[in-house]
Amino acid sequence: MNRFLVHRVLQAAVLVALMSFVCYGLIGLMPGDPIDLLLSADPRLTPEDVARLKAIHGLDRPLLERYLAWLGKAVVGEFGYSRLYAQPAAAVLGPRLANTALLMGISLAAAALIALPLAVAAAARAGTGFDRAVNALCFAGISVPTFWLALILIMVFAVQLGWLPAAGLPMARDPGLLERARHLVLPVLTLTVASVGGHVRYIRAAMIEALGQDYIRTAHAKGLHPRRVLWRHALRNALLPYVTILALDCGALVSGALVTETMFGYPGMGKLIFDAVMGNDFNLALLALLLVTALTVACNLLADVAYAALDPRIRQR
Amino acid sequence: MSPAPTMTAAIAARTRQPGFARRLWRRPGAMFSIVVLGILGTGALLAPLIGQALGHDPEMVDLLARLEGPSWVHPLGTDELGRDTLVRLLHGGRVSLLVGLVGAVAAATIGTVIGLMAGYLGGRVDALFMRICDGVIALPMLPLLIVLAAIDLEKLGIPAGIATSEDASVYRIVALVALAGWTGVARLVRAGVLSLRERDFVVAAVSIGCGPWRIMLRHLLPNTLSPILVATTLSVGSVILVESVLSFLGLGIQPPMASWGSMLTNAQELVTTAPMVAVYPGLLIFVTVVACNLLGDALQEAVDPQQAGARR
Repeated sequence: MNRFLVHRVLQAAVLVALMSFVCYGLIGLMPGDPIDLLLSADPRLTPEDVARLKAIHGLDRPLLERYLAWLGKAVVGEFGYSRLYAQPAAAVLGPRLANTALLMGISLAAAALIALPLAVAAAARAGTGFDRAVNALCFAGISVPTFWLALILIMVFAVQLGWLPAAGLPMARDPGLLERARHLVLPVLTLTVASVGGHVRYIRAAMIEALGQDYIRTAHAKGLHPRRVLWRHALRNALLPYVTILALDCGALVSGALVTETMFGYPGMGKLIFDAVMGNDFNLALLALLLVTALTVACNLLADVAYAALDPRIRQR
Repeated sequence: MSPAPTMTAAIAARTRQPGFARRLWRRPGAMFSIVVLGILGTGALLAPLIGQALGHDPEMVDLLARLEGPSWVHPLGTDELGRDTLVRLLHGGRVSLLVGLVGAVAAATIGTVIGLMAGYLGGRVDALFMRICDGVIALPMLPLLIVLAAIDLEKLGIPAGIATSEDASVYRIVALVALAGWTGVARLVRAGVLSLRERDFVVAAVSIGCGPWRIMLRHLLPNTLSPILVATTLSVGSVILVESVLSFLGLGIQPPMASWGSMLTNAQELVTTAPMVAVYPGLLIFVTVVACNLLGDALQEAVDPQQAGARR
């Protein structure tokens, strides 16, 4: 178990380190560069000035050297300033991460709470009309483009009916809990609808597999109540792989909320990355991208470790 | 996710049974999917003819006819620049369906080659490819794709004429989805190859002196085709979704060329004035992706009735 754990942690660390270099290189390939931006702000700069400025900021040196210089600063917590927000890039991230965590936590919990009973009920009645209906709804859920779903929800609930606000966060300075909750309804609904289908399909498949096992027949044979067999004997085994999916989804949602956050103008990590990339905010884009990468990799690691911890069979690899 | 190694051989054996097509056709979703995809595909293929018949160019701006409702001249009305919605939808379908199909096939091709090599060559090659595979799966794809879609191709040394041409955005997005989407097929093929490589026909091929590439391409590949087919069909839908998101965000297909995703780029400002402009393209994406997923599922069940229930 320990060797397995050490191995996976090392692997994740290598991946994140590698990605920091890749991201650094990619950000450097985005259109425009800081000196061009200066140049457009002050047309009196001569080519000599430009060369001098590039030398001052080290932009004339090779990529690896620049990366190492950046890394040297990054390890002591200096990530540079954000161009868009005129703050240290690291300071911009904190509240955004909290916002995303809130949106994500609620959506994930809602998806799991809806998916569990629905999937168990569908698996118990596999092949019936109910099962088919659940399956069809799941298909719709996985296939709908998130941004279009958000658009339709805004159109129906915010524009036509006027029941709910179309923005993810209230404008008022101190809106109160109820007002905040009202603004969260549509983004949460979007994310939940988009993810619940996958959850149901996953649990349902795992349940059907579990229900076909010998120990289920044994449980029935010794006269246990069918409900007990379903919810205790089958579900506990079916839930094992679902833990992995939940952890993986956590990682996916950190960035997967990007579209939803952008649609509802919700200030979270996804929208931040998008805005930073579009607004040539190199320091911020790089840091946010790395943070999201590290978080996603960590969630994946967690999924692996949790699975191994819960299922002794995996540990023996 | 991947089927148990012993299953893959069984899958391959079953595909060749004569009942395959009939089994597929009997699935409730399959017929629906084939009909829907057939209609959409035909519409996309005939887009230039239909445009000519109606007398509209998909990129022709007519500011005097902005956001018109449905009429005999414009069956589905016009968009915010006075372009005919129906003709633009058909042309957008050309791009979206093409990107979906080509992207999925490109991803499957990369995945197949890597899966064959990892599974058959084994050892270091296998370890390296599978670590890369694990790594790619663990990454937050959407933000990375956004950065990749935003990078300046000229900085990579690609001539300006090519980098900024209209077609470049199509090639770029196909390359991106292929780069992100090969992992699933790679794992499937590797699992299949692992179960096949010790079988007698492979041993026989080695013994008569076949080289590794001949064995991989002539002996192993044909026997792993059916899981590849299923996975590719399923991924057409997700590729179309990725393309639509990137185009919607303004990073995929560049105007004036249309794709279903890019047609929605300005829709958010129009929800109050012209909601239908936002409904059509999204509806087509939705229906296409549903059809691809249903078809993939039906293929899966037709190919391998036992395993199908346990997948996903």
